[in-house]
Amino acid sequence: MKKSLFFGALTVATLIGAAAHASTLDDVKARGKLNCGVTTGLVGFAAPDANGVWQGFDVAVCRAVAAAIFGDPMAVNFVPTTGATRFTALASGEVDLLSRVTTWTFTRDTDLKFDFAAVAYYDGQGFMVPKSLGVTSAKDLDGATICIQTGTTTELNLADYFRANNMSYEPVPIETNAEGQQQFLAGACDVYTTDASGLAATRAAFEHPGDYIILPEIISKEPLGPVVRHGDNDWGDLVRWTFYALVAAEEYGITSANVDEMAAAPTQNPEINRILGTEGDLGAMIGLDKDWAVKAIKAGGNYGEIFEKNIGENTPVGLARGLNAQWKQGGLQYAMPFR
Amino acid sequence: MTSTTEAPKPAFRLSQLIYDSRYRSITIQVVAMILFFAGFAWLIENTVSNLRALGKDFDFGFLWNRSGYDINQHLIPYTNNSTHARAALVGILNTLLVSFIGCLTATVIGVLAGVLRLSKNWLVSRLMAVYVEGFRNVPLLLWIVLIFAIMTEATPQPRDFREGGSAAMLLWHSVAISNRGVFIPAPIWGAGSGILVGIFVLSLVAAWYYRRYARKLLFDTGRLLPMVWPAILIAIVPTVLFYFILGRPVTLDYPTLGGFNFKGGLQIRNSLIALWVALSVYTGAFIAEIVRSGILAVSKGQSEAAFALGLRPNRTMSLVILPQAMRVIIPPLISQFLNLTKNSSLAIAVGYMDVRATLGGITINQTGRELEGMLLLGLFYLVLSLLISGVMNIYNNRIKLKER
Repeated sequence: MKKSLFFGALTVATLIGAAAHASTLDDVKARGKLNCGVTTGLVGFAAPDANGVWQGFDVAVCRAVAAAIFGDPMAVNFVPTTGATRFTALASGEVDLLSRVTTWTFTRDTDLKFDFAAVAYYDGQGFMVPKSLGVTSAKDLDGATICIQTGTTTELNLADYFRANNMSYEPVPIETNAEGQQQFLAGACDVYTTDASGLAATRAAFEHPGDYIILPEIISKEPLGPVVRHGDNDWGDLVRWTFYALVAAEEYGITSANVDEMAAAPTQNPEINRILGTEGDLGAMIGLDKDWAVKAIKAGGNYGEIFEKNIGENTPVGLARGLNAQWKQGGLQYAMPFR
Repeated sequence: MTSTTEAPKPAFRLSQLIYDSRYRSITIQVVAMILFFAGFAWLIENTVSNLRALGKDFDFGFLWNRSGYDINQHLIPYTNNSTHARAALVGILNTLLVSFIGCLTATVIGVLAGVLRLSKNWLVSRLMAVYVEGFRNVPLLLWIVLIFAIMTEATPQPRDFREGGSAAMLLWHSVAISNRGVFIPAPIWGAGSGILVGIFVLSLVAAWYYRRYARKLLFDTGRLLPMVWPAILIAIVPTVLFYFILGRPVTLDYPTLGGFNFKGGLQIRNSLIALWVALSVYTGAFIAEIVRSGILAVSKGQSEAAFALGLRPNRTMSLVILPQAMRVIIPPLISQFLNLTKNSSLAIAVGYMDVRATLGGITINQTGRELEGMLLLGLFYLVLSLLISGVMNIYNNRIKLKER
């Protein structure tokens, strides 16, 4: 009896012990695959397609990182996480990278011991209601029943917003976006609230998207981006600069179509040359090959291509670039200099 | 002449610890103990060093910070300005609520189904067999989700209750079954309602005394007074009388449609109903089998003797069989109550805000205090389970066979 208890304890201890890491990049290389935490399914951001292959904006970030390391964008294990399980999955080492519409906040960055590599999508929280409800403003929502994903920043924003506007509401806590969609469509809640991009993506999956409107009020700032564990700065740098390579590629006109051509020989622009590894060796500084950025860009294209393909205006999700345009086009996407 | 033959006193040798059966069991226990504590210490050390590697400390201070989130069903006053500790308390009360009403209904369902499964009526006993096997052999989570889906998908929305809508309220316009939950009238405790409650409690006590008197009379003289209906009358009539004498101090607040939802009245949310019903029928199926086994454990001679004495079948069951069967039933029943209580932590599947969802869910997630939160959660369920089994053991000791 006591012995079985001891072996039980030993097993648990071993499992906990396995979470301890030396270097994430070494672990990933040894494994041959990147473990990437994504949502349980949000069309346009991360969802498996008809063939079971994960597609989406968040997924493309994972694939770019995997391509930068292995040269193979498919070398990714996607781990679906809910709002409540994502941080445990990252902190315990179950995933190397969390690319899951996660908002950059002070406590997550500091107290929860994570690092946000960059802001992949500047978002804000919105409300979606059925048109038949006759509501045109979030200020009319006093007394409404609201579906809300637990363990998110939106949950806290919602409480703050209704308190500040002296309104009451009835929260219906849900675990995943699919569950929220089901409850909202069944009318178990009047309103569904999450990041505006998430609302658009959810609505795109409805049978009659036209019957629902997204209210004009955006009640919070939700900078969404890839997250890594605090402490392994080399790994954080790798993710950050892979993402910036995608943003810079758009700025300098490097696309998945012309990247091979541009990387074949040095161009007139030294910045492009440094990104693509035809001048200097930036890749070695983050522990990768010279042509790491070429492989990352080839995986799914530059930032603009990824945006347009997954969530852009010509997709069912139909999001405008808005804040996520390049800084030269009045947006906030701004890659740091490659130098 | 005395010759003292001293028994040879062999020196203690170390090998005796293994080969001498007097010492061997102690040796094994000591070694196992050392290994156990070493393993335990290693576990703790491992946790501490891993926490340090992650740069996390171990601190329960987060409990006194503002929670910042709202909880739909709170039995005590709670807003998003309350602390995480209060949110945990709200969750604990919600857990206790669903566990308590779940245990009550599961017992009622279980006893009925268990007795009926032994019925001589083929149809009744087969129906109960289908119930028991159907619920016992399908995971609880599926039942919870299924009942919740029925409640949200098959019931009308509040706005369907408007004039000309497709739905109507039941029971003289007082109860509304909607996909937001069931709305029932809520009592308003006016002036003098305290007296009414007092009278009701006194009548309950009186009814209990009447039953005790009737029982004593039966044992002493053999005279059998009717027990059930006088007790019910004693319990209810004075309260009803005084309700009118005091000028109807308790009135009802009927739910009415206003804005997005029903206002007023009492809202029993679908999450609570789904969890409650699923826990009750699922655990009820297990209790039915326990009751059946308890009844079958009473020897046939007992019922034959009772019949020979001229007792009718229902009296045989309630006076002879069940009291003896209880001795067999109670111990496994305790573990069913514990199961039900712990199974209530599946509440999050339908968004019922029990302690697993508040302290063990949102609080942990918003503060990043997984270890502290999970330890507190484990401690709560441990204490609750020990309390339940403690109370049930007291009852078990009262009814178990008194050996003199």
